[in-house]
Order: sequence, then structure tokens, then C-alpha cells
Amino acid sequence: MPKIPAFPGKGMFVGLGVTFKEMVNTLKPDSKGGGPVTVQYPHEKEEPAPRSRGVITLFEENCTSCMLCSRECPDWCIYIEAHKYLAPPRREGGKPRSKNALDRFSIDFSLCMYCGICVEVCPFDALFWSPEYEYSEFDIKNLLHEKERLGEWFDTVPDFEPYEAGSEQKVKKVPG
Amino acid sequence: MSASPLALVGSAPVLAGLDPPYWAATLIKVGVVALLVPTTALILGIVFLFKVMSWMQSRLGPQEAGPRGLLQLLADGAKFIQKQDIIPDAADRFVFKVAPMVVLISTFLLYVIIPAGPSVVVESLDTGVFFALAMSSISVIGILMAGWGSANKFALMSGIRAAGQLIAYELPMVLAVVGVVIQAGTMNLNGIIAAQADFKLFGVVPFPLFLLTQLPMFLVFLAAAQAELTQPPFDMPVAESELVGGYQVEYSGFRFLFFFMGEFATAFAFAALASVLFLGGWSLPFVASDSDFYTSTAFWLIGPVVLFTKIMLVSFLIFWFRFTYPRFREDQLQKVCWKYLIPICLVWVSFTAIAKVVW
Repeated sequence: MPKIPAFPGKGMFVGLGVTFKEMVNTLKPDSKGGGPVTVQYPHEKEEPAPRSRGVITLFEENCTSCMLCSRECPDWCIYIEAHKYLAPPRREGGKPRSKNALDRFSIDFSLCMYCGICVEVCPFDALFWSPEYEYSEFDIKNLLHEKERLGEWFDTVPDFEPYEAGSEQKVKKVPG
Repeated sequence: MSASPLALVGSAPVLAGLDPPYWAATLIKVGVVALLVPTTALILGIVFLFKVMSWMQSRLGPQEAGPRGLLQLLADGAKFIQKQDIIPDAADRFVFKVAPMVVLISTFLLYVIIPAGPSVVVESLDTGVFFALAMSSISVIGILMAGWGSANKFALMSGIRAAGQLIAYELPMVLAVVGVVIQAGTMNLNGIIAAQADFKLFGVVPFPLFLLTQLPMFLVFLAAAQAELTQPPFDMPVAESELVGGYQVEYSGFRFLFFFMGEFATAFAFAALASVLFLGGWSLPFVASDSDFYTSTAFWLIGPVVLFTKIMLVSFLIFWFRFTYPRFREDQLQKVCWKYLIPICLVWVSFTAIAKVVW
């Protein structure tokens, strides 16, 4: 049962007060704690959360072209091409080792649905999330990022933050 | 209220050397109104729809077009004019095409009687208020035409809703005005302003607004005006979330622009009516109507400025309500009108009539 207000229609005045206060607050300068909640995007930018899913980046040295990511991808938007070659043996007189060389690694961001399964599934830490998001294109074919472009974002990958702030308390209870 | 409220109307000054023949005067008047309608629609659209609404929602609104985005609505208007004028195959072509004009004509005619000064008025009719209310009802026909002509179920439902709503809310609007008319003793808008300038509460306390004695009527008038504009919270006919825009759904390009312009220019006209009826129009507080100041040449400029200030205040109220309240359900909408607004009006009209006889 909702509480009956002191006089009927009180809520209407409260509502008017809310919008008016919001207007005054928006017009107040930033220094007085006012201003809009929105950000004027191209001129000023919000800092994305460090673990936000902006773009997937590739650390090429770690990739063994095992194809796990490509096979797990629900959209099949990862293309990998590789060839085998014989590396010189580690010890004198040993057999030459068979190794994979990555020829092509590309993600089609026009298909990608940002599920992050590829990042999860990679056993060699070759794929990472980067919070960068400004890579829109005028032509859809330019959203197919080859490995050079995928590697460019590696520097923007934030340091590993094990837990969100405030979650430590809860974590301690988990047996190590 | 011993002084004749009509004294001022007769003594309207004519600027020296400015007495054009009838045809020229008519042309000038038509031109002025034709300029005023889009201009006022632009002003209200930019100031309230774009800016005040944004602020109330804690954002800044358009920023890129012109200084602080003030030219955004002009850019939008230019866009609408460039757009293709699409007419549905099944539409009743003539009715469909004419409907926006009918709505706009109703707005045009509203501007005819609004005085911006003792003689700054297109036509000072003795039946001014009556004319305004009659002309504002024409838009119902336009909206019904749009709803019917679109050959669209949503549009038709919206047209019927609009007819039910607009006709219902005309009654409280008329009754709200009746209170003012009784108190002023005239239907001429300039006469009403003069009566307000000379008004003394209980025959003693000078209080130059009818707002004090007619406050409930003022609020009812605002609510009814909002309903006539089919603005939120009375926007059942346009209800974008259920009727996808209602009677406007099939309109595009400049015909849609006409509807938009009609809505905002009518909002301006209603705000002007409200400020004339309740806030003393172009008159300044505590300056009697027979003052020389009103007949001076400078007042040709001051009058419109005073009226404009009051209009913006009233518009702020109208748009404040618009941005605050959620939409009424159809039955609530009719209930508010028939069970609350009209009884309030009837009580206040009889109260005013009694008070008028006593004092």
C-alpha cells in the first residue's frame, strides 16, 4: 500500500522541483560541483574503464598459431594462416624441430561481437583486451584488421588488475 | 474598475506619417504575421525544446551549429525542406496535403488579435478572446484530416484521440477565459489589459494582474493550452511509444515541418494569450492605463518587449510541465478534464461573477 501524501498532488510539485533543480545544477559551473553529466565527445573524452572491451590486440611473439581462438570464435571472424618450418635442433646431432610460423592473423571487427572467448581461450597469452575504441571506418572492409594493426594496440593494454576496488574483503574469504 | 476599460482602445496612437491605405496595411499585417509564426516557433524550439529541456535532463543540448548550437533548429529546418515529400499510395491525397496547412492557418489566425502594445496589433477585435478560442479550434480539423488522410491505423487512432481530447479541453479553456472576461468586463484583449492596469483588489489595493484573483483559472488555462497543443503530459494523440507519432507518422519533409512549426507557434500564441489575460500583457505593473507613457512613441518598442518577457515566462511554465510529467492514460486524461478542471472553472466563474457584482 503506497503511503498517502500529506496533500493530494504533492508528488507533482516534487517532480517540478526535481527538474528545476537539475536545470540549475546543469547551469552551475564545474567549480561549484555543477555541470551536465554528459561529455561533449569529440572535444572531451571519458576515460574508459581499464577492463572495458574496446578492441582485441595481438601479441604476435606469443602466438603459436594453434587455431584455438579461431575455432572457438562464435562468429568465425578470426582468420589464421600459418606454415610449418624446420628449426635447427637444440643440441648437436639432434633432429630439426618442427615450428609454426604465423603468416596471417586477422580479426574482422565488422563480424566480431566482442564476446572475448578468443581472449579467454588463448593458452599462450597472445590476445588481450584494450580499452581503445576509436577505430570506426567509412568502409566496412577496413574493419578487417591484419596482425600489424592488431599489434599496434598492445601498448594500450592496461596492467593486470586482479580485483576491482572494494572487492578485497570478499576475496579474502575464498580459500587460497 | 470605474474607468472604462475600453477608453484606451479608442485612443490608440498612430505614428506620425504612418497611415497606409487599407490594402498596404493588410499586406504589411500579413507579412508581419507570416514572419512572426516561424520566428516564434524557432525561438521557443531553440530556447525550450533544445536548451531548457537539455538542462533539465542534465545535458547541454546541441553545441555545434552556430554559437552554443543556437542555429541547430535552423539547420534542422533546412534539412526538412530538402527531404523528399512522401505521400502514401493509399492516402487521401488532397486531405493529406492540406492538413498541415489547416493546422498552420489556425496558428496564423491566433496571431491576428494578440496585442503587443496599445496599437501594435493586427486587428483589435471587440470579440478578441472569442475569436482566439474559435481560431484555436480549427487545428482539431487539421489533425483529424491528417489522421484520416494518412490511410494509417496509427494515424487514424491518433486523429480520433486528438479530436476527443481537443474538444474536451476546449471547455476548461473557454471557462478559464470567461472568468477573466467577467472581471474585465470586455472581450477585447486591449480592453482586458487596460482593465488589469487599473484593477484594484476589493476596490482598494492596486494589483495590476488578474493572476492574483484568477490563479486557479491561470493554471487551468495552462493545462488546457498544453492539452490543445497535444504536448506531454497530454500527448496521447502523438504518443510516440504506442502510436509511433500518431497523425504525424506518414508526414515527412516540409509538411512535417509545418506540424512542428504549428505546434510551437501555437504554444507561443497560447503563452501570449495567457500573459495578456492573466499577466497584464504589454502593460507595466503599477502604471495606470490612461498614463501618457503608453501612448508615447517609445512604447511602440517597450510594449512588445514587455509582452515578450511575459510570454517567455509563461512558456517556461508550459515547457517545464512538459518536460516533467509523464503521459496521462486516455481515461485519466478525460477524467482530469471533466472531473477536475471544468468543476474548478465553474466554481471560480460563479465566484468571480459574485465578486464582480459585490465590488
